[in-house]
Amino acid sequence: MNNNQILFTFDDVMVERQGIKALDGFTARIRRGIGITGLAGPSGSGKSTLLRLCNRMEVPTTGRILFRGDDIAELDPLALRRRVGMVFQKPTPFPGTVRDNLLTASPAAGSDDLHRALRRASLEGDWLGRDATALSGGEAQRVCMARTLVTEPDVLLLDEPTSALDADAVEVFERAVGDLVDEGMEVIWVSHDHAQLLRVAAEILRIDGGRFAGTETGAETAGTETAGTDADSTTRAGDERR
Amino acid sequence: MNGDVSYAGLATSLALVGVAAVISLWQRLGLERQILWAAARALVQLLLVGAALALVIEPGRPLVWSWLWVSAMVAYAGDVARRRAPEVPGVMALAVGAFAIAAVISLGVLFGFGVLPLEGRTLVPVAGMLVGNSMTATVLVARRLVEELRDKRDEVEARLALGQPSQQASTPYVRAALRSAVSPQIETTKATGLVFLPGAMTGLILAGVPPTQAVLVQAVVMFLILGSVATTAVVMALGLARRLFTSDHRLRWLPRSADVR
Repeated sequence: MNNNQILFTFDDVMVERQGIKALDGFTARIRRGIGITGLAGPSGSGKSTLLRLCNRMEVPTTGRILFRGDDIAELDPLALRRRVGMVFQKPTPFPGTVRDNLLTASPAAGSDDLHRALRRASLEGDWLGRDATALSGGEAQRVCMARTLVTEPDVLLLDEPTSALDADAVEVFERAVGDLVDEGMEVIWVSHDHAQLLRVAAEILRIDGGRFAGTETGAETAGTETAGTDADSTTRAGDERR
Repeated sequence: MNGDVSYAGLATSLALVGVAAVISLWQRLGLERQILWAAARALVQLLLVGAALALVIEPGRPLVWSWLWVSAMVAYAGDVARRRAPEVPGVMALAVGAFAIAAVISLGVLFGFGVLPLEGRTLVPVAGMLVGNSMTATVLVARRLVEELRDKRDEVEARLALGQPSQQASTPYVRAALRSAVSPQIETTKATGLVFLPGAMTGLILAGVPPTQAVLVQAVVMFLILGSVATTAVVMALGLARRLFTSDHRLRWLPRSADVR
């Protein structure tokens, strides 16, 4: 597999905090152009740490991470974070209106940009004037996604984004991400809900004890090449998302 | 009365400490030993400081001794800040820097423009008031900023993840911390003369200075304190905000005060 086909490469990555190893010699690759890659594993296995390495919210103690062939340590972290956007587990709307939130992310964005970001996050209608701190969990999470999208990232990192949402809100969120994938967005999705990953992801990387523990094929398979270091081949398994 | 207190007068005033001790005994507070120890300690400290001050600021003594006194005061205040806010990384160096910058600005205005004559008897007490009154605000702003960034870590990281530089991402929390640290001094300044008579003015009136002259000195001191509180707080907040993030714009791990005591 050449560099053009790989989104992220993790090369013997170790992350140690206060004497505890969050990742311990993690080596794997995340393929490019397959839509959603899931990260699965038990609590505390290092899923979120792995995700945070992708936009340099975390740095490895040893080892290296490549983004499309470039060592992340050599890239400007602020520019990287605008290319690799992130939505966190807990919705974190900033004080002010939805418009204020979107402009915080991209102060130069025009009205069309703001409306496009909202549409891409499945927020139809007039949302810009609403108080961002007075929304339901699902709405707040989609506003946070719109806020990330207004920076026009190529890659979206999702860290358990639906863990606090009800079933209807989860469905809306999954559909919005599916539409982004159809537009060409690369997504890495961390979830403790294995059924969800099987539903939305093309491939699922399993992590256990901070180490790579194999690859699984999800329902949303788009490619045919192998992923990870010991991955099985994957095939298209139909579109069950909608 | 010209405000002089004799040793007999001092001994008599100790009866008031006795009143506090008796109240403690009566109400079984168990504080009487601490009250007596605190009073004795304060008295000894004040006598020692008074004797040392007399040496430092007596007429004819080179001004360098007063400046050394001021430097020692700033260093000691930095150490007090470190002990009061152990969870704040590098607080001592930042506090010393903040006091030093505030001293340069405030003393520069007062003495540079001739508001007060530059002598040991003016320099030492004025610098003492500056440092003493700025201490609370400095510790408050440092603790509040660490608390804000630690408790709102999710929000701060959401800002950083949008590609905001750490300086920009920390701005709302720096502002909140500054408001909370400077507001009490603004309230105190507004209430001066109405609710209470400040220490410098009271001392001057007791010492026999006409109230109108005492008021002018007090006004200068109040403005000095207000300026110093704002300066030290802003230097501490901006310096600390830089220190709490890595050079690649990540928020450092911030301990709670209970974790470092």
